[in-house]
Amino acid sequence: MAQVLPAEHDVRRIIGDGDGVADGEVEGLDDAALLDLYRAMVLLRTYDERSVVYHSQGRVGTYAIFWGHEAIQAGSALALADEDWIFPSYRESAIGLLRGMTPETVLSWWRGHPAGWWNPREFRIASITVPIATHVPHAVGYAWGARLKGESACALVYFGDGATSEGAFHEGANFAAVMRAPVVLLCNNNQWAISTPLSAQTRAEFLADKAAGYGMPGVRVDGGDVLAVYQATSEALARARAGHGPTFVEALTYRCAPHVTADDPTAYWDAQRVERERENECLGRYDRYLRRLGVLSDELAEDARDDALERMKSGIAAAEALPPPDPEVVFASAYVDPPPTLREG
Amino acid sequence: MAEKTLVDAVNDALHVEMERDATIMVMGEDVGRAGGVFRATAGLRDRFGADRCVDTPLAEAGILGTAVGLAMAGWRPVCEMQYESFSYPCLDQLITHVGRYRWRTGGAMEFPLTIRMPTGGGVRAPELHEDSPEAYYVHTPGVKVAIPSTPADAKGLLAAAIRDPDPVVVMEPKVLYRSPRGEVPEGEHVVPLGRARIAREGADVTLVAYGAMVHTCLEAAELLDASAEVVDIRTLKPLDEETLLGSVAKTGRAVVVQEAPRVAGFGAELVAVIAEKAILDLQGPIVRVTGYDVPFPYWSLEHEYVPTSERVAAAARKVLDY
Repeated sequence: MAQVLPAEHDVRRIIGDGDGVADGEVEGLDDAALLDLYRAMVLLRTYDERSVVYHSQGRVGTYAIFWGHEAIQAGSALALADEDWIFPSYRESAIGLLRGMTPETVLSWWRGHPAGWWNPREFRIASITVPIATHVPHAVGYAWGARLKGESACALVYFGDGATSEGAFHEGANFAAVMRAPVVLLCNNNQWAISTPLSAQTRAEFLADKAAGYGMPGVRVDGGDVLAVYQATSEALARARAGHGPTFVEALTYRCAPHVTADDPTAYWDAQRVERERENECLGRYDRYLRRLGVLSDELAEDARDDALERMKSGIAAAEALPPPDPEVVFASAYVDPPPTLREG
Repeated sequence: MAEKTLVDAVNDALHVEMERDATIMVMGEDVGRAGGVFRATAGLRDRFGADRCVDTPLAEAGILGTAVGLAMAGWRPVCEMQYESFSYPCLDQLITHVGRYRWRTGGAMEFPLTIRMPTGGGVRAPELHEDSPEAYYVHTPGVKVAIPSTPADAKGLLAAAIRDPDPVVVMEPKVLYRSPRGEVPEGEHVVPLGRARIAREGADVTLVAYGAMVHTCLEAAELLDASAEVVDIRTLKPLDEETLLGSVAKTGRAVVVQEAPRVAGFGAELVAVIAEKAILDLQGPIVRVTGYDVPFPYWSLEHEYVPTSERVAAAARKVLDY
C-alpha cells in the first residue's frame, strides 16, 4: 500500500495578484480551455445572481446562494471526464448547467416543480442532496461499483465544512479508502455552516488533516482560484483512475452571501471581512488573470455575460410557462411496483 | 424438496440468486470470511469472490449509503444488518434517500436493493439484540417489508425481494433460524411479495401475525376449544388485504399479534384496516396482543415480554365470549 503522507498545508494557488504574487499556469489548458472555464463561471454567477432576484420577485422559492463559489464548482467540474459522475449538495444545484442541463430544469427545482427532476444517468449527475453529507457514501458506492465493473468512471462529491462533522462523511470517507474507490471528496470550506463558524465546528487546524486518518491524501487549495481547483481536482482524478483511490480536497473560500435567501447573516458575520472577500471574489480574479494573459477581451467577457443572461431569461420564461404539475406525479414514481393501497389517504 | 432450517434456506436463496444474476452482491459486517454471525452468508465468498460477498467496515449507514451508489452503478446490493438493533444508523439513509430516490428522479432510476436482518427476541441474547423494529421500516414510503415465518418462505420472500425493482427490507425471526426445520423447494423459489398465507384454517376466530408470532398463534389455536384460523401476513408492505379481510369476514372475530412494543406498532395498522373495511363483519372488538411499551428486557425476563400462546389464547377467548 502506498504511503499516505500528512496532508499538504500550503494552500495551492495558480492565479497571482497582478502585483507581488506572479501568475502561474496549468499545463494542458490552452486558451480555448481557459475561456471555457471563464464562461462556465460566468454562467454560474449569472444563474446565482438572477435566482436571488427571481426569489425577491416571488418567482423561485427559498434558494441556496452560491455566489463566490463558482471557482470551486467550475474548476472541479471541468476537470472531469464526461463519464465521471457528480454528486452535488444543494450548494451545487446548478452544476448541471455545465453539462448541458437547461436553467429551466434547475429553476423548476427551486420552484418546487417536478420538472426540476432529471435522470441522473443522462447527465451523470446525482439528484441534489438536501441533508448534509448523506450523499458522500452514494458517491463512494458509485465509484466503488464502477471500479468493480472494470469501468474507468470516477465520482466527484461536493460538501461543505459543516459536513465534515457528520457521521455520513466519516463513514463515506472510510469506505472510500477501504474500497479504494475512485472518488474525489471536495470540501467547499466556506468557513460557515449557516451561522456556525469553522472554529465552532472543529478543533482540527486544517480540515485536510482529516484525510490522513482515513489513509488518503489531503490537499488544500485556494477556492477562489479556479485554476488551482482545476489542477488539484485533475491530479486527484488521475490518481483515482490509476487505481490509487480517493483524495480529499479542501477548497478554501469565504461565504460572503447569506446561506439561503431566508437567512440574515448580519446577525453573525463580520461585515468588514465580507467586504474584503467580495473585492477579491473568484470571477473578478480570474477575469483579471485572463486579461493579464491577453486571453480575455471586453467583447468576449460581454458575450459570455450576454449569453448567460439570455439563457436565464429563456430559462425562467420556460419554467414559468410550464403547466402546474400533474397531481398524478405524487403517486407515479415512488415505487416501480406500488402497493395496491397507494392512493388511500 | 429438502428439510432445511430457516437460516439455511436464506443461505440457499443467496446462492441461487447470486448464481442466477451476476450483478447481485452481498455486503455487510462479517458476511465474508466468517459467513455471517448466524452463518446466513456462509460459502458465498468462496463461491462468488470477495468482490461479491464483501466484508464491510463496521458502519451500518455506510453500508446502506454505499449500496445506494452501487445501485446507481448497476449493482443489486443485498445488505446485511448484523442485528435489527444495530440497524438503526441505517435508518438515516433509508428515510432520507432509499425510500425517496426513485421518486425524485421522476421514476428514471431504480434502486433494487435489499436489506436483510435478523429480528425479534426469544434467543436469550445480550441487550439490544432482540428488538422488533419493523414499524420504522414499514412506515417509510418507497420501501417494502417482508417477514417470513417458515424456511420455505424465508427462501422465497428473499428471492422475491432481491428480484423486486424497489427497495425491500426482509426481517428474519432469529428465534426461528435453527428450528423448526421445514421443506424448502430446491433451486429457484420465489414467494411473491404481497400475498398472505393461511397458516391454519378455522371458522370461529382469526389470529393474525407475522414472523415468529405465527408459531405462537398456531400454538394458541391448539389451546382453544373454538376453531381458530391463523393468517400469516408474510409481507407487511404491500399488504394482502384481501386474504386478511376474507378471513375476518369468515370468522367475524380477529386477534392481532405482534412482538413489537404496542404503541403505533404494525398491529395497529392491521387493526385499522380491519376496522375500516370489515367492521360490519365483526362480532366483537379486535384485540391486540403485543410487547409492552418498554425497552425489550434483559434475557432473564424476556419471557415476561414476548407474547405467549397463553396470552393469545386468552385474548381469543375474550373475543369469542364477547
